[in-house]
Parts: sequence; C-alpha cells; structure tokens
Amino acid sequence: MLQIDTWKRVLIWALVVAGLVLAAPNLFYSRVESHNDAVKAIEKSGSTAELEAQAGQWPEWLPSDLVNLGLDLRGGAHLLAEVRVADVYQSRMEALWPDVRDALRGARDEVGTIRLQSSEPGTLRVRISKPDGMARALELVRALAQPVVSLTGAGATDLEVSGEGSDIVVQLSEAERQATDERTMRQSLEIIRRRIDEVGTREPTIQRQGSDRILIQVPGIGSATELKDIIGTTAQLTFQPVVSRTTNPNENAGSGNEVLPSLDEDGVYYVLEQAPVVTGEELVDSQPSFDQNGRPAVTFRFNPSGARKFGDYTAENIGSPFAIVLDDEVISAPVIQSHIAGGSGIITGNFSVEESTNLAVLLRAGALPAGLDFLEERTIGPELGQDSIDAGKLATGVAFAAVLIFMALTYGLFGLFANVALILNIGLIMGILSAIGATLTLPGIAGIVLTVGMAVDANVLIFERIREELKSARGPARAIELGYERALSAIIDANLTTIITAVILYVIGSGPVRGFAITLGLGIVTSVFTAIWVTRLLIVIWFERRRPRTLEI
Amino acid sequence: MRHLRLVKDETSFDFFKHWKLWLGISGVMLMLAMVSFGVRGLNYGIDFMGGTTIRTESAQPVDVGAYRQAIDALGIGDSTISEVFDPSFGPEQNVAMVRIQAQDDEEAVTPETIAAVEAALQQVAPDIRFVSVESVGPKVSGELIQTAFLAVALAIGAVLVYIWLRFEWQFAAGAVLALVHDVLLTIGVFSEVGIRFDLSIIAALLTIVGYSLNDTVVVFDRVRENLIKYKKRPLKEVLNISINETLSRTIMTSLTTLLALFALFALGGDVIRGFVFAMIWGVFVGTYSSIFVASALLLWLGVKRDWSKPDAEAEANGKSKSKGPSAGASV
Repeated sequence: MLQIDTWKRVLIWALVVAGLVLAAPNLFYSRVESHNDAVKAIEKSGSTAELEAQAGQWPEWLPSDLVNLGLDLRGGAHLLAEVRVADVYQSRMEALWPDVRDALRGARDEVGTIRLQSSEPGTLRVRISKPDGMARALELVRALAQPVVSLTGAGATDLEVSGEGSDIVVQLSEAERQATDERTMRQSLEIIRRRIDEVGTREPTIQRQGSDRILIQVPGIGSATELKDIIGTTAQLTFQPVVSRTTNPNENAGSGNEVLPSLDEDGVYYVLEQAPVVTGEELVDSQPSFDQNGRPAVTFRFNPSGARKFGDYTAENIGSPFAIVLDDEVISAPVIQSHIAGGSGIITGNFSVEESTNLAVLLRAGALPAGLDFLEERTIGPELGQDSIDAGKLATGVAFAAVLIFMALTYGLFGLFANVALILNIGLIMGILSAIGATLTLPGIAGIVLTVGMAVDANVLIFERIREELKSARGPARAIELGYERALSAIIDANLTTIITAVILYVIGSGPVRGFAITLGLGIVTSVFTAIWVTRLLIVIWFERRRPRTLEI
Repeated sequence: MRHLRLVKDETSFDFFKHWKLWLGISGVMLMLAMVSFGVRGLNYGIDFMGGTTIRTESAQPVDVGAYRQAIDALGIGDSTISEVFDPSFGPEQNVAMVRIQAQDDEEAVTPETIAAVEAALQQVAPDIRFVSVESVGPKVSGELIQTAFLAVALAIGAVLVYIWLRFEWQFAAGAVLALVHDVLLTIGVFSEVGIRFDLSIIAALLTIVGYSLNDTVVVFDRVRENLIKYKKRPLKEVLNISINETLSRTIMTSLTTLLALFALFALGGDVIRGFVFAMIWGVFVGTYSSIFVASALLLWLGVKRDWSKPDAEAEANGKSKSKGPSAGASV
C-alpha cells in the first residue's frame, strides 16, 4: 500500500536540508560576501581587528559559498582574446639565427660566406655563397634540431630545414608548432591570470576557448578598456645594445639588427642589435618608484643569471648606450656610466604614477609570449546590473506567487503540497548553484522562472492522473499510488528530452546561453526530485495521519 | 472547498474532425513565416552581425535626431539609434541604444571608434552615461551564428533519436516536424515583428523546442498507453481519447508556465524582453503543435497497432496495465 521506507524518508529529508543549508548564504548575500573577502584577506596578508570583525559576521561552520553573479547582473568587463600564436614562431626563428650562424661558420670552407635574408614571418632564410655545399649546410643546420616535447609529436624534431637554390629555409615543424601553440596558450593563460590577480578583483573568470582563444570576465571593473590596459600589452622587456640613433624609420639596419622607435621622442629611432643582452624573463621583481628628480619610475631586479649577464655586459661596454625596450618601443637608451653589479636598476621615462604602477605589475607578472587580438568586448555598468537584479527579483517573486496561488486554487491541499515542493525546489537550485560555484546570469534567472512554471508540470501530471484513477480505483490510497506510478513514464520522457536540450545548450553555447542551460538543467533535476519524492512523502505523511476515505483533488 | 476546474472532468472534443484543414493552416503559416524571413530577414543583433551597441542613460529626454547628427558627423558608417522605454525606468532614466555596424575588414574591435562615439554623445547630453558597451568582431559573430544553428539542429536531431527509441518512427517524425514547425514559426514572428535576434533568442528557441516536445511527449505517452488499451478502435478515436484525457494537464501546465512568463515579460526589464516574448510565443505554438501538428501527422502516417509482441518495452507496459484492477474501466 501507500508507504515509503524509513531510509528513503531520511534520505529525502537529508537531501532537502542539505540543499537548503547550501542555499542559505545567498539570503545574506552582502554579509557573506564581506565575510568571504575578509577571510581571503586574512589568509593573504594577516589579520587585523577590522578584518576579524568582518569575518565574524558569518559563522565559520556554516557553508559560505555563494552563487556568483554574472557580469550582466553585477557589472564588469568581458573580453574574448585571440592569441597570435604565430608570433612565437618568429621569435623562435630570431633566437635560432645565432646558432645557425655559428654552426655554418665552422664549415666556412665548404659553404662559403653566410648571409641572413629577409623572409616571411616564422621562417629563417640564410644564403650561402657556395651552393655546392648545400648538402653539408643542410646537414649542419638539421643537427640543431631537437626532439619535440609533447605527447602527440613524439619522435618528430622541431625544425623543418630545406634548401631552395642557394638559400637554406628553416621553419618549425608541424608537430613543434602544435606543441608550441599549446605552451603559448598555457603561458598566456597563466600570465593573464597573474596580472588580473595582481589587481585584486573578485572572482575573475579566465578560460581557454577553443584552440587559441581566451575568455576573460572580470566583475566590478570599470570598463573593457581598463581591463585591456592590464592584460592587453605583451610587456616584452629587453635590454639591447644600441648600434646608432637615427631619424629615418626606414634606415637600413643591416642583418641581425632592427630599427625601433623611441617611446617619448617623436621621429627618433634607434638601430639595435636584435639579440638582447637580457630579457624580462629574468626579472624577479619590479616596483613602482621615483627617480632622483622625483619623477615616477620603475625599479627592477634580475635573478642571478640575469644579473651576471647584465653585470658582464655593463662592465665591458662602459661609455656606450644600451636600450631598454618594451614591446618594440625604446623606453630609454641611457649611456652605461659604470659597471652595474647586483642586478638591479631603475627605468625612467615620461611615466605618470599610474603608468609606472601598471608597468611594474606587468613586469612582475611576466611577459605574454604572444600578442592578443580582441574579438569581443563587453562592458556592463553596475547600475544596469542592479536594475536587472531588481527586475529579476520582482519578476521571480510575482511569477512564483501567481503559480502558488493558482496551484492552491486548482488542487486544494494537494496544491499546497506541490507548493511546498516548489519552494524547496528553488532552494535546492540555489543550493546546488552555490555549491558548484556556477554563475547566475539574467537568462539564468529566466531559466529558474521557467522551471517554476515547468516544475509544476510533473505535479500536474501526477494529480491529474490521481483524479482519473479516483474514478476507477479502489479507494484513495490506491488512486494515489497508481497516479504516481502511471504518470512516471510521461514525466521521465518529458524531462529527459528537456535535459537533452539543456545539455546541448551547455556544450555548444557560451556566456548567457550557458548560464541559462545550467539553471534549466539543474532546475529539471531538482524539480523531478521535489515533484516526485517530496510531494509523495508529504502526501504519505498526511495520509497516514488522516486516513481519509475520499480525496478532494 | 470547490477546486478550480479549468477543463471539465470528461471532455470529448473532436480534435481531428478537420485535421487536414489544421495541417493545411499550419502549412500556410509556415509558408508565410518563410516568406517573411526571406523578404524582411531577421533583425540580427551584434552577436551575429558584429558591431557595437552602446546603451546610454541620461536625465534629459533622449533626442534621437541630435544623437544621430552627432554620430553621423563622425562618418563611421551605418548606425541606428533607438530609444528604449520600460515601465521599470524611473523618471530620470532616459535610455537609448546606439548600434554601430561592424567596420569592414576589422577583425578586432576598435576602441577608438567607441571613444569617438561616446565623446560625440557627451557633447549632446553632458550627463550621459554609458551603462553598457558591447562589441563583437565579425570573425566571432560568424562563428556564433554557425554554432547557434548547429545547436538548434543538434537538439532537434537528438530528440528525433530519443523518441524513435522510446516510441516508433512515426511518433518521432510527428514530434520533430512539430518542432521544426514551432522553430520556423518563431523565426517568422521575429522577422515580421523585427525584434532583435541575438544569442539569447537561440536559448529561447531551444527552450521552445524543449517545451513543445514536453507537451508532445505527454500526449504521445498517453497515445501509446491507449493504443495498448483499445486495440480495436480506430486510430483517430484513440488519438482523440488521448488528447481529451491529457487536456486538463495540457491547459494547466501551459497556464502556469504562461503566468510565470508574463510576470517576467511585464516586470523583468527590457534587457530580456525579447527572450521572454519568444518563450511566450513558444508556449502557445508548442501547445497548438503537439495536438494539431504532431498528433495530426501521427494520424496521417498511421502507427503500428500491435504493441504487445515484438517490442519488449511495450510488452512490459502491457503487463503492468493488465495487473492493475482498473485497466480499461475508466472509459
């Protein structure tokens, strides 16, 4: 007859309570949020009385996970960046040139003189004066190749070397390109994450999308432009020897050299040796500071190997200038006054305080291995977000009330049972969203409202079935039992198909669509649980106490 | 207490008296929808077309003409300016949407253009604020539209397979054609009314797919049950009985969903109004199509009548029915 095992009852109540406890922090959103921030701050930089007081606003033993509010609700900036992975091929080739030169020089008798030719990006073209020695030259250059370090490219080498007439053409092999792309992406993600963390905002989303894209969402930031200033620059810092100073941007620099513009002085260009003395990769620290004239500047410190290279170079080149180059612009080109030991220094230029602070952040976090193109930028102001939250709350409240009243009017007591289940359902959705750290967006709220409407469906199916069974079955207990049993197949089919669409939306969609898919999918799972198990339990408990002879439904 | 009954306990509407007419009407509506789509096209948002939208807010009333002049003076190509009205706005809240076409050949978005537009608008209305600025490059928007269509197609395909497995191919065909009908009619309405068609509308379309399907499956589930119960009755009668039996539930669910959606439509703000509109339309058209398209097609295609032997699942179903003391007694 109509009964539910004790262990099932306990399980149902336990799940409901767990869901509600997880959802509870959201009722005290701002309080829990400041608690969480304070706890993080204490972990990071020690405790103060003020932070302790903030942390004490929410009891430690309660869960403190909140539903993340999406950008459309909280305001903030969204960027979709494409990493120019091919940039890295070029710098690899530039770095390879000295090795190729040295290797071929050793065999000068066979290959003749060697000259670097200009070539399309990502390839290295070297001309030898004795084409007869091509075979030998290729052999020498091929010997420079290294095995590819990756799972898929095992067994392959990283260079593809071929001869074209009297030219040797070197480029990265396909396997190496893939491995390089992978590394570039991972580095870029890591560096963007570090840069954003330095600025210290709450709950940023930094995700890889597809093969060469990165999605960055930072709530609470003023605009996408601000966000781009933080992450958009590659911040490749190099120290390069200066060959000469010129005003002609098309100056013939000679092979192995390059012409770069000055950052501050219009029309001034420097001819620099392409191979840097030291690069920003060997920096260990950088801080905003002021120079002796009180102008904003940036200090830096090298690691031991960088410090040694820098020290040796300055010792050997006293009296000649060297250039500090950031992202292909010469920040300054001071003349070396003395041997700089210890590996620390200061960069001066026409910085504002803000620029020097930003530059220090960029240098500390490291350089991006490749440039970024921004494909999508969105800024949502906090007022619009607040308006959306208010509207969403009101709409959800009204929708909810309307459905509750309607259900009670239609099904009486059973409608009330369904209403309890519906309220628990919303609690469970919020609880799960908090626990998995999902993000609630405006379409997500719409998803919840839709589940409110559709959650009722399972109960409607059951109650309608009970009404039908009442006409024929032996007594109310039997009718209830049959009602649940026979409605089940329709409920499962109906909800499974909706789950299928939710899953497809989640997998294919992005941004708002995904937020909607999450709440829709979760809502279906929780609504089936509450509509089938919770209402059934409520009805069984009621039935056991009252033992009614007839049912009003 | 007397409970509210929207539908009488026993109904015996003849839904299939003019089923050919209904299918014909649906066919004509589909044609109209496609013509509208072909002639007017969809009002694609920046998600699909690329470009920039700026939402402005100012205490002064929006002067579309002045805005237009200011922006046209920049010579940045096509732009549209529209004022936004919403009952939830305060008296000091005058909102406009400025949409700037994607600049040709620009893979990425130019912040310079946006800055220029913002400066120009600031000249017109000094207190103007830019509450949201969104730009999508043409490269991404092209992909977004592809994935969106892929998503809808995949969802419908998955449903086809599921229903085929759970029911019979005729059911799957009926359900899927009803879905296609719903999706196409929705697209037709969007092109006719000119509501902005963006990514969130795709989410709405897929929800319509889910909802309409929900409705169809509930009816089909009952049809399957009744096909076993009334082995000798003509299909038309069985379909009619099934739809009448589930009518009360169909109306109840549609009404509760509509109640929730209308609340969202009226109070949820203008940002998601297009989205909610699509879903409201979807509830109507989904409810209609599960009866007059999906079931009518089932009638047209015919179904296998003998569910008891070869199909193991149908057999299990049949057994559970015969176990019940009341099988067949509710007629």
